[in-house]
Amino acid sequence: MSDKINLKIDNIAVSIHGGATILEAAKKINVRIPTLCHHEDLCVAGNCRVCVVEQVGSDRLIPACAMPVAEGMEIQTNSMKVRNARKQIVELLVSEHRADCTRCYKNGKCELQELSSEYIVGEGGFIDLIAYKGFTIDNFSPSIIKDDSKCIRCQRCVRTCDQLQSIGALTVAHKGEHMKVSSFFDKPMFEVVCTNCGQCVNRCPTGALTEKTYLDEVWSALNSDTKHTVVQTAPAVRIALGEALGMPPGEIVTGKMVSALRRLGFSSVLDTDFTADLTIIEEGNELLQRLKKVVKEKDDSVKLPMTTSCSPGWVKFIEHAFPEYLPNVSTAKSPQQMFGALAKTFYAKKMKIDPQDMVSISIMPCTAKKYEADRPEMRSSGFKDVDYVLTTRELALMIKQAGIDFASLPDDEYDSLMGESSGAAVIFGATGGVMEAALRTAYEVVTGREVPFEGLNITPVRGMENIRETSIKIENVLPEWDFLEGVELKTCVAHGLTNAKHVMEAVRDGKAEYHFIEIMACPGGCLGGGGQPIPTSPAIRQKRSEAIYREDELKPIRKSHENPEVVHLYEEFLKEPLGKVSHKLLHTHYTERNRY
Amino acid sequence: MNKNLQRLDLIFKNEYDTDIILKKTFAKKNDEVINDLISSGLKGRGGAGFPTGLKWKLAAEAQVDEKFVICNADEGEPGTFKDREILSSVPHKVLSGMAVCAKIIGAQKGYIYLRSEYTFLKPQLLKVIEEFHQLLDTLKLNFRVEIFMGSGAYICGEESALFESMEGKRGEPRNKPPFPTDFGYKGKPTVINNVETLAHTYSIFKYGPDKFKDLGIQDSRGSKVFSVSGDTPIPGIYELEFGMSLQKFVDDFGDGDSKAVQVGGASGFCVPRKRFGKTVIGYQGKLRGTSLPTGGSMMIFNSSRSMYNVLHNYLDFFVEESCGQCTPCRVGTQQLLIGIQAVKKGEQPSAYLDKLLDLAEAMRVTAKCGLGQSVANSFSSIVENFREEMIY
Repeated sequence: MSDKINLKIDNIAVSIHGGATILEAAKKINVRIPTLCHHEDLCVAGNCRVCVVEQVGSDRLIPACAMPVAEGMEIQTNSMKVRNARKQIVELLVSEHRADCTRCYKNGKCELQELSSEYIVGEGGFIDLIAYKGFTIDNFSPSIIKDDSKCIRCQRCVRTCDQLQSIGALTVAHKGEHMKVSSFFDKPMFEVVCTNCGQCVNRCPTGALTEKTYLDEVWSALNSDTKHTVVQTAPAVRIALGEALGMPPGEIVTGKMVSALRRLGFSSVLDTDFTADLTIIEEGNELLQRLKKVVKEKDDSVKLPMTTSCSPGWVKFIEHAFPEYLPNVSTAKSPQQMFGALAKTFYAKKMKIDPQDMVSISIMPCTAKKYEADRPEMRSSGFKDVDYVLTTRELALMIKQAGIDFASLPDDEYDSLMGESSGAAVIFGATGGVMEAALRTAYEVVTGREVPFEGLNITPVRGMENIRETSIKIENVLPEWDFLEGVELKTCVAHGLTNAKHVMEAVRDGKAEYHFIEIMACPGGCLGGGGQPIPTSPAIRQKRSEAIYREDELKPIRKSHENPEVVHLYEEFLKEPLGKVSHKLLHTHYTERNRY
Repeated sequence: MNKNLQRLDLIFKNEYDTDIILKKTFAKKNDEVINDLISSGLKGRGGAGFPTGLKWKLAAEAQVDEKFVICNADEGEPGTFKDREILSSVPHKVLSGMAVCAKIIGAQKGYIYLRSEYTFLKPQLLKVIEEFHQLLDTLKLNFRVEIFMGSGAYICGEESALFESMEGKRGEPRNKPPFPTDFGYKGKPTVINNVETLAHTYSIFKYGPDKFKDLGIQDSRGSKVFSVSGDTPIPGIYELEFGMSLQKFVDDFGDGDSKAVQVGGASGFCVPRKRFGKTVIGYQGKLRGTSLPTGGSMMIFNSSRSMYNVLHNYLDFFVEESCGQCTPCRVGTQQLLIGIQAVKKGEQPSAYLDKLLDLAEAMRVTAKCGLGQSVANSFSSIVENFREEMIY
């Protein structure tokens, strides 16, 4: 397959490796062929037919995305036959799509809209099928809205849910005119195995799958005289927000984002990174406690390996798919929910705000966080700990609505008490980041020395490999951890739920022995989250990842346990990791859920 | 050029000589059998007309251990019912074809993908298969045939959708290439033949390629089993020599008032009376334009029939039976149907039919599989020939 194949596209000679598609060959010579069902992260479908091209000498047109190149092929991408067919296909798609563009959340960001403008689908189109059939909108989920009337059946979501995520909440049902993307027995997304990860939303070319937005609620809180609005921003937002505001991928916009949040009128601008550091203390200590109970005290009621719990998509996935492993999930809440619980207790008390008047808002790269905030367990402050969750995209929209010229904003800094963070917290946004942050702290707790990696960069856990296993030998421990002397700490990092499933199956089948597993539901970790700017691709996620590790390097503090505000929080409020207050505010439990 | 109408009795003649024919064929070299098939000119009788010998050759050349032979008995084309008869009367011929194919390509496993509506054939078929397995044991061929029941979707007769269906997935056609001889059932090289094609191979093994080739014309050789229905006094199943003119067919089978013949079922072409004499039944090729292929369905309509209703009926079928995967087929079929309704009701001008004809042509060149590609056949031939019936 390594031999070069020579062909001509629009009379331009191109040479490419065997097995490549016509689409790839065209890209190489900068010939753009429109696509809809095609997505870089997904397998070839070849079902929208928008990418059809003409092979000279062949009667039928061929799909550029699915057709492999062949020696001597002559391809025309812009012949009369191609233009005519392509226009009709776009017209057909528009006829089964509720083209309610001016009222659509995806207006201006819709791939079908772009194509129909390019091919001038005017008045002479086909009969509107939506008017014939009627439609329903599923808006029961706190995270995702599914509007079948805007679906063009490209099945990107189905392939995402099945291949990338191994969830299978979205699937194709019925045939012919009744064919649709559906769920188990056509139940609402809220009632099926959907993990709310939002990867489908990231890949939907139209407005058929969108996040549920809470912009109105947040604006009205901001405009209220009696409410104190507290906002927290997740690690992965600061390296992606710029993309939604016209900047190239990989820009770090932390300072501008803080400025923008102040301009929008948030009373306290704080950082989820602060509670990411806190998570490391709690979760790291939990891991050490579990190791102690298993290794030293031989207590088999305590389970290993321990898995992370900060990705709400992962948590819901394991509740559905591997409920027998719920005791293995760290009881530590996610940074978002730790923040929420502390905002309405510790922060409110310090700032002398009645928690009843506080509105807690989080900016997340994630749609599953909306669901997480709605969980009944997440009310340990006595109120709903996090009132509203906005995605990176929604924040970008607020900034636009407010008329703020984001690019020209000066850098600003977070408020104190819950605004300081370490580099270890920033890397929570990338796959492997929680593992690295936890190791930086746990290793030091046990040995009194820094992790033996140059510049604290634990490179073996980094990268975009699907599943990354590492082991670190623990030697010369402090006396109280003597039972860990010589132990090889085995860790595993996986991102994307298909990889998570493989890891859990290996654990179940006894094929893998780990102590600690980090799992992020989304490809690349939070930086590739379901609430991040659209589009997404391996190249874009790589840029975001590089930005995150750059931000880590720039931080004066690199280890969670050295965050002075976290140290202060323990001294003044929590007293000790896994203590009584922590238990009440910072830890949670999980629920077994249905398998469909 | 065409042949006189000649009725034949090759397929349904039951000669109880399976063991002799198989022994004789197994004794030949694989290449020899393939060359016989190629020189006989036998083409797939399911409708698409791919040369059978070449298909077997390609599968034989694939260097893979596991291969499959599948008999496509998902006979779903409206107006076609000949495979049912072949499987009831001469199943051993079909099984023999599968066994020879298995020996040549090196398959140990075969399946008959049986249309769900033909469940009643299963007990009898199982008995025949059991006996056939015993025969194969005496001939020392390690090959076993199983029946796989379809679930009722028309699209599963499309070979790659059939594989998906057998694999337990949604019956949706795959992208091609790769073709079944490289990547078929379970991703393994697979020969998939229509019931009738396999039965014809038996005649070729028995009588030799020349006798088969003597029948028919040009690129349409041998005989063909036709399912004759509609306005005919003698509906039924007939084996006829390939290459007769449609006029001669209508003279024999029509009721004296034939207005049109739908050749090849809902996915075939409608030929109006004035073109009967110019139309030959056979594969497209050198005779392109006047030659019509068919999986065997011949529906005759007399002057009491509304061609609008006929087309409406076909489109209803396609709107229901499209898998829904690709845009031109899923949405195109719906637009064609509501389009002719709108013209009939006067909601769209008659010129809208021209837009629909353009659409049908776009579907033909862009749809993913044969289903969507062939909707244009019946649509365009009916609308072009009976335009006034669409409007008034």
